[in-house]
Amino acid sequence: MTLKLPIYLDNNATTAVDPRVLEKMIPFFTEHFGNAASRNHPFGWSAEEAVEKARGQIAAAIGAVSKEIVITSGATESNNLAVLGVAEMYKEKGNHIITCVTEHKAVLDPCKHLEETGHYNVTWLEVDAEGMISLEALEKAITDKTILISIMHGNNEIGTLQPIEKIGQIAKKHGVIFHTDATQTVGRVAIDVEKMGIDLLSMSAHKIYGPKGIGALYVRRKSPRVKLSPIQFGGGHERGMRSGTLNVPGIVGFGEACEIAARDMATEIPRQLALRDRLYKKLAAHLEDIYLNGHPTERLPGNLNVSFAYVEGESLLMGIKDIAVSSGSACTSASLEPSYVLKALGASDEIAHSSIRFGIGRFTTEEEVDFTAERVIKEVNRLRELSPLYEMVKEGIDLKTVQWTGH
Amino acid sequence: MAYSKKVIDHYENPRNVGSLDKGDTHVGTGIVGAPECGDVMKLQIKVNDKGLIEDAKFKTFGCGSAIASSSLATEWLKGKTVNEALAIKNTQIVEELALPPVKIHCSVLAEDAIKAAIKDYQNKQDNKA
Repeated sequence: MTLKLPIYLDNNATTAVDPRVLEKMIPFFTEHFGNAASRNHPFGWSAEEAVEKARGQIAAAIGAVSKEIVITSGATESNNLAVLGVAEMYKEKGNHIITCVTEHKAVLDPCKHLEETGHYNVTWLEVDAEGMISLEALEKAITDKTILISIMHGNNEIGTLQPIEKIGQIAKKHGVIFHTDATQTVGRVAIDVEKMGIDLLSMSAHKIYGPKGIGALYVRRKSPRVKLSPIQFGGGHERGMRSGTLNVPGIVGFGEACEIAARDMATEIPRQLALRDRLYKKLAAHLEDIYLNGHPTERLPGNLNVSFAYVEGESLLMGIKDIAVSSGSACTSASLEPSYVLKALGASDEIAHSSIRFGIGRFTTEEEVDFTAERVIKEVNRLRELSPLYEMVKEGIDLKTVQWTGH
Repeated sequence: MAYSKKVIDHYENPRNVGSLDKGDTHVGTGIVGAPECGDVMKLQIKVNDKGLIEDAKFKTFGCGSAIASSSLATEWLKGKTVNEALAIKNTQIVEELALPPVKIHCSVLAEDAIKAAIKDYQNKQDNKA
């Protein structure tokens, strides 16, 4: 088989729609185009039937039941609805939220917004060098005013998996609602909302080979029954929690994507783990001074985040332009700030500037991984020859002792 | 982000990569930037007895535009007098490489590196005299 370039290794950003998913979606654009809320004709009935089937597929992927699935436009909306919806609904009960500094902006920013209103207090839990929160710190932070704990399952940048089940137990013990952003983990690692004690869970279709623009929020219906104030008002769809005509083709695709992911998980996890380890081992065998960012074992199967010391991330991306990956380097972000997630690990900014995230996915092959390793090794070596930092280290200079002229 | 052809050319075929002897009194060394900012440039010049820059070398840790800015700077330095070199402005680098606004700091760093190298050379000359 010949290698097709460019290679896509950015599956933590988004994934290709699986052709099997697309196939299921197509009839719902043209043939079964009805509004799922139309109760008085067959067009509506077939749309509603498809939505309910998909809802069941989505629920099954996380061990929930259909009625607990609120369809949204994606995980950003799900996260906003969870945080803002709980804050509003339970404001008489309390005004304190606990989250963590490495959350996605779609959790951080609604929390910040609540804090800025002056009516809410937020505890921002720190993480250790591998991106894990401390369960002791979490439990200590809980007060009688705490209404929500929002801790993500798998981190989108560094892949670290938080101890969700233990967090669920702590939340339960103190009677606090537990929300988790599982955008990166649904369909990629096993999730069971019952076993893990999850009350709210955000998910997205496009990370699991489904279409963009569709997602869901799992909302627990019993023990406890979680209620949410809506953040979008209108026709009262989704049991009043999220108004708006349902995106039927998107939902059908999401359902199918969930079913395929759940079905293939047992073989897909070891396959991706093997590819990830193969890539890391090749890099580590040929390059000195490379660092794995995130947790060595408790991490997303397909995620590899590596810093290549003395080489700036964007320049490396430029050198491996046949390979689509991303970097925590400031130069690749709109804000010109290096990744806040990597900085939160306590690593130096330099490590953030030198980081590359490889996202292995369902369609990644061994050949692609081998090609990537070869290209990265070649380019890192070339750029190190160009790097004054590498030269200094080779001369025996400790970079920490140098007086830099920052700008 | 799309890079200009000239940036790509300097990135792929950087000119004058390397190091000159720091201890040589004819050599001036400038190191500017900081690893935590994502850019460090080392630029060196070798000035002959006629006051002409006969050689220039660089090494850069930074993005493609930073590498290109320093590579271009070494090209321009060669054959110039010290005073001519001091007249090189970052805006000329921006123009030549068609750098977008977010990359202007790369050209500023290159200008700073030139000035730092010349200053180092001049300090050595003063100490000699």
